[in-house]
Amino acid sequence: MQIKDNNNEYVKTVAASDYKYGFTTDIETEIIPKGLNEDVIRLISAKKGEPEWLLDFRLKAYRHWTTMTMPRWAHLDIPDIDFQDISYYANPLKKDRPKSMDEVDPELIKTFNKLGIPLEEQMALSGMAVDAVMDSVSVKTTFKENLMEKGIIFCSISEAVREHPDLVKRYLGSVVSYTDNFFAALNSAVFTDGSFVYIPKGVRCPMELSTYFRINAAETGQFERTLIVADDDSYVSYLEGCTAPMRDSNQLHAAIVEIYVHDRAEVKYSTVQNWYPGDKEGKGGIYNFVTKRGLCKGESSKLSWTQVETGSAITWKYPSCVLAGNNSQAEFYSVAVTNNYQQADTGTKMIHLGSNTRSTIISKGISAGRSQNSYRGLVRVAEKAENVRNYSQCDSLLLGDRCGAHTFPYMDIHNDTAVVEHEATTSKISEEQIFYCNQRGIATEEAIGLIVNGYAREVLNKLPMEFAVEAQKLLQVSLEGSVG
Amino acid sequence: MKLLEINDLHASIEGKEILKGINLEINAGELHAIMGPNGSGKSTLSSVLVGNPAYEVTRGTIRFNGKDVLAMSPEERSREGMFLSFQYPVEIPGVSMVNFMRAAVNEHRKHKGLPQLTASEFLKLMREKRAIVELDNKLANRSVNEGFSGGEKKRNEIFQMAMLEPTLSILDETDSGLDIDALRIVAEGVNKLKTPETSVIVITHYQRLLDYIKPDIVHVLYKGRIVKTAGPELALELEEKGYDWIKKELGE
Repeated sequence: MQIKDNNNEYVKTVAASDYKYGFTTDIETEIIPKGLNEDVIRLISAKKGEPEWLLDFRLKAYRHWTTMTMPRWAHLDIPDIDFQDISYYANPLKKDRPKSMDEVDPELIKTFNKLGIPLEEQMALSGMAVDAVMDSVSVKTTFKENLMEKGIIFCSISEAVREHPDLVKRYLGSVVSYTDNFFAALNSAVFTDGSFVYIPKGVRCPMELSTYFRINAAETGQFERTLIVADDDSYVSYLEGCTAPMRDSNQLHAAIVEIYVHDRAEVKYSTVQNWYPGDKEGKGGIYNFVTKRGLCKGESSKLSWTQVETGSAITWKYPSCVLAGNNSQAEFYSVAVTNNYQQADTGTKMIHLGSNTRSTIISKGISAGRSQNSYRGLVRVAEKAENVRNYSQCDSLLLGDRCGAHTFPYMDIHNDTAVVEHEATTSKISEEQIFYCNQRGIATEEAIGLIVNGYAREVLNKLPMEFAVEAQKLLQVSLEGSVG
Repeated sequence: MKLLEINDLHASIEGKEILKGINLEINAGELHAIMGPNGSGKSTLSSVLVGNPAYEVTRGTIRFNGKDVLAMSPEERSREGMFLSFQYPVEIPGVSMVNFMRAAVNEHRKHKGLPQLTASEFLKLMREKRAIVELDNKLANRSVNEGFSGGEKKRNEIFQMAMLEPTLSILDETDSGLDIDALRIVAEGVNKLKTPETSVIVITHYQRLLDYIKPDIVHVLYKGRIVKTAGPELALELEEKGYDWIKKELGE
């Protein structure tokens, strides 16, 4: 596990000299030595000034994690990760940052411009101090006031722990238990920050959450934790991520997103993930092990996941829904692009516990280069769930003949009244199709963009408007150089 | 004025030489027919002209409007005004004809330094041009060539030709697989689009398309070379006597 970290030398020195004395009281340091043990977790918790119950939560998670092993069932070739070779806490403000756009890699700026990212966001995404950037984005405070008037809470999870401890205590881990899987346990033990959203009863959130805040998200770090709670009859549309390629010095990412949906509430969660995928030879790149799950706890509640995944060297991600409330509905719309040596194993789980629950799965995989792209999905219908409906469609599109596309649909049906449908197709962009476009005056990159966007349209249409336009360009940019 | 000049053109596919020294000149406004038995290299010639990467040009030159064609990418050739009506148009699922044509038309306009068409201007243009080949609105809203019948695919090719207004159109076996009504519609479309400034190369095995599209000059392509060039009467002679007559004349 190689961690690109400009503080490495410093860390080595610290680790070599101070470690033997322990570091339990030294909460002023900005980065702690590599390694994971209970002392490290106590230190993280202390640095963040957390209450006792949260430290307990972390420690329980850690103790459980030590009993677990890395999941190896996915269709992924995962290099060994040395979890003791990672520093689990670094004050993000102390990172080595570029001071102006002149210091940013020109290739990165080229990509930003292709995607049409505004300058302020370019600055933030390049790693410049958020405060400096925020000075030029005054909308932030305006919207925050607007949300507060409606009683909507939208803040970092650390702030929520301080300001709204009862809510966090009630819901944290209620959808994704720390025992859920290896990475969920790890995240629960060491998560540093993330977002918290609470929508009160009967409130319709008047804006796409995080549209104006995604600059903040650039610094959430490698163990991000998001918790969204939609109370009865509320509605929220939440956007995560960004189409721009994100600079990050951490190679391992293990995030958790939990969504709790009460009676008749609706949550739409959209992700565009474009972490650094590694170079053309497959060197470097982010390992992305994410646990995302929503609980449709209430009657007639509704949850919708939409994801556009183009980044990361390794993606291990299955945004899932537990349909507990009767008449609840869930959707999963996904486009996953892999190029060069990227690997993705992604899909969803639809767990139908309530009666008259419905789910829809639309998955579009696009593989190019020497990449491997797998859909993995589970549809489970519990014995007591009557009249469940599921429709799944899993399409794969191949560019070239050195990549792989795989589909692993699982069905586990325990009630005879369920109607479960599954469709799958595999197609290929042929040289003849590209040449046909060329002959009409359309260059190869644009031709691929046209074909890929046509193929993924059903999913892209589900994204909020401005995100959709960026995502379209992103698909094209991600596949550049994949043909010819 | 010379629109197209081909000099000593040699081309091969997978190491096998198909074109063995083609010489051909086409003036603006002329309509040429290239006929020949199967396997003589007709489709190879059309593919090489528009830059199909499956073929390798090993010798010779092609000039279009005085420019070196072999130095241009396929898309540049298109934007410069070279159009191929494919013998077997491919299907592109998921890409609607509207989006496909809008991308193509706008690339051509950009090349000419013209502004992009607005959505309503573009749809109006589509409607006008569709009428030329009696292409159904439903087809225009479908994915490119997907689920089109053989005749519809060929009409769709001529529709695209109408949209892009090329100066040189190459019709590769456009008559193959067409019934008599479709043949008439396609031929009439080509005639309507013909102007004194534009040239057409009709590649065909049979005379029948030439009943509708009158060539100025007819060439016979055989074993990778143009072995005979004459007026329109040559097409009739070939129809009557078949290609064996040419072979005999060549002493085979």
